[in-house]
Amino acid sequence: MTVTIDRATGKRRGDRTPRPGLGRRLKDGYQKHWYAYAMIAPVAVVIGVLVLYPLGYGLYLTLTDANSLNTARTIGVNEIEATYKFIGLDNYADILWGPTAYERFWSHFIWTIVWTALCVGLHYGLGLGLALLLNQKLRGRTFYRLILVLPWAVPTFVTVFGWRFMLADGGIINAGLDALHLPTPLWLEDTFWQRFAAIMVNTWCGVPFMMVSLLGGLQSIDASLYEAAEMDGASAWQRFRHVTLPGLRSVSSTVVLLGIIWTFNQFAVIFLLFGNTAPDAQILVTWAYQLGFGQQPRDFAQSAAYGILLLAILIVFTSFYRRWLNRNEQQLAI
Amino acid sequence: MSTTTVPAPAPAEEGTASAARPRRVRRRGERSLGASLASHALLIVASLAALFPIAWLVFLSLGPDKDDYLHPGRIWSKMTFDNYAFVLQHTNFFHWMKSSLIVSLGTTVIGVMVAATTGYAVSRMRFPGYRKLMWVLLVTQMFPIAVLIVPMYQILSELQLIDNYLGLILVYCSTAVPYCAWLLKGYFDTIPFEIDEAGRVDGLSPFGTFFRLILPLARPGLAVAGFYSFITAFGEVAFASTFMLSDTKYTFAVGLQSFVSEHDAQRNLMAATAVLVAIPVSAFFYLVQKNLVTGLTAGGTKG
Repeated sequence: MTVTIDRATGKRRGDRTPRPGLGRRLKDGYQKHWYAYAMIAPVAVVIGVLVLYPLGYGLYLTLTDANSLNTARTIGVNEIEATYKFIGLDNYADILWGPTAYERFWSHFIWTIVWTALCVGLHYGLGLGLALLLNQKLRGRTFYRLILVLPWAVPTFVTVFGWRFMLADGGIINAGLDALHLPTPLWLEDTFWQRFAAIMVNTWCGVPFMMVSLLGGLQSIDASLYEAAEMDGASAWQRFRHVTLPGLRSVSSTVVLLGIIWTFNQFAVIFLLFGNTAPDAQILVTWAYQLGFGQQPRDFAQSAAYGILLLAILIVFTSFYRRWLNRNEQQLAI
Repeated sequence: MSTTTVPAPAPAEEGTASAARPRRVRRRGERSLGASLASHALLIVASLAALFPIAWLVFLSLGPDKDDYLHPGRIWSKMTFDNYAFVLQHTNFFHWMKSSLIVSLGTTVIGVMVAATTGYAVSRMRFPGYRKLMWVLLVTQMFPIAVLIVPMYQILSELQLIDNYLGLILVYCSTAVPYCAWLLKGYFDTIPFEIDEAGRVDGLSPFGTFFRLILPLARPGLAVAGFYSFITAFGEVAFASTFMLSDTKYTFAVGLQSFVSEHDAQRNLMAATAVLVAIPVSAFFYLVQKNLVTGLTAGGTKG
């Protein structure tokens, strides 16, 4: 453990004194840190009320058979009491092992993994390529940069509709493919092409963020490292492999993690591109939404159970990722 | 690709073979004409790919008929701004604008105000529970919407906050507040500790230091956190689509969907609305984007 100094109080942390008893520790802690606790109180309250309480309530709902027919609701002037009951872990068992579990969960699970891996890979690869191109002395560099950021600047819910017009049957993309005598797939109807289109649109939306972050990382690499490598006779590839990539490591590990979380949770692209029409192209998040709000009766309990499972997957993944980074002696920038 | 992207290597044999007679050697950062052209070609292709879907949307918004997207060639001859006039006069555009602004600004203000002191506390002080708090702040960043949407829907219906601006603001705060705390911690970390120490020496309490010295210095950081909350809340789709029921309270993200229903698709009007929304938001984005990125990646924590 590194020795950190609490600069506000001048206290030194890290050199351990014998541990006093619990009551004493609480009292000391209160006296020493009460202003810290007072300062974090607003956020603690907000998180408690707006995040932890709903999370606990959601966890409870997953242990019941709640749906829109048996939860409390008001129809006109009649108040109807909730009648759902506690059924234990049945929802989870049903999702993971129940009949047709493959169609309902595992197929979406596999597609979500493929979706996340392909999208983040493409985001990173294209983003790095463009960042390297933009990092040269080049005429019109600022101009290119401004245009390339456009997909990030325009809200996703706007651009996805632009893509929908282009991908529609008879839209510009198929018209263009037809003019070139290429096959014209049904982008918004056929499962494989739906998935292809979803990845394409999401890649288009996500590259600018990677590009801009990596460009920042490239610019912070010390130019003298390149000079030294050149003096030692390193080829362009060797300089890229041994100077650029290590220099980008901390930025990369952060943006890749962010990219994975955001892509895994990506809702807007698939929801707006297909609506309710593409059951096979739904990733787990949109599928959970469809169970809870896109069908009748609304299956609240299963939808919430999907949510909890998704969160569990993300937390497990993130802790492994951090541990893996720590083993490689890297710090995550977030 | 890499050969075009990094400066071409100086010839390795430079030192030995060409020592005797001076030869034209490319200097660092200089590239051959071919490499330059290749870079420009790639960047132009990428720029076109980035620009085209948006340009296409703008182009379609000028066509007066709702099926014009099938015959784009005909738009040239009958280009008109009628769609824009219709959207501004006969749809709920201004209602949606009002809802979007109320919800986004509400989230921004609450998010920044609530998060500011916490960002400072986690930047400067180490207290028991610090790591746990940071972990909670990190985990709330990765909540999929599917986790909270069902319980939030139940809770808000019990409180009669469905179809209510306050309800949506509260939902957005569940992500905006922890996020702003992260972002602000990153910004406070860049303000020298010596300022705090000077304040403490002059007899200010920790709160006094924060409110009188640090907060005024942190204005750019507060602005970035605010911009980010605003943009996120403005573009949110899932909660807004589910919780806002009456069409005068839709935010833009929901209102835009309402042009395409099962029975009818007013694509021309939709495109016009999309363009009207996109122009101010992207302008705003370009003003702040440089700060956004530094805030996101460099504003981190160590440990």
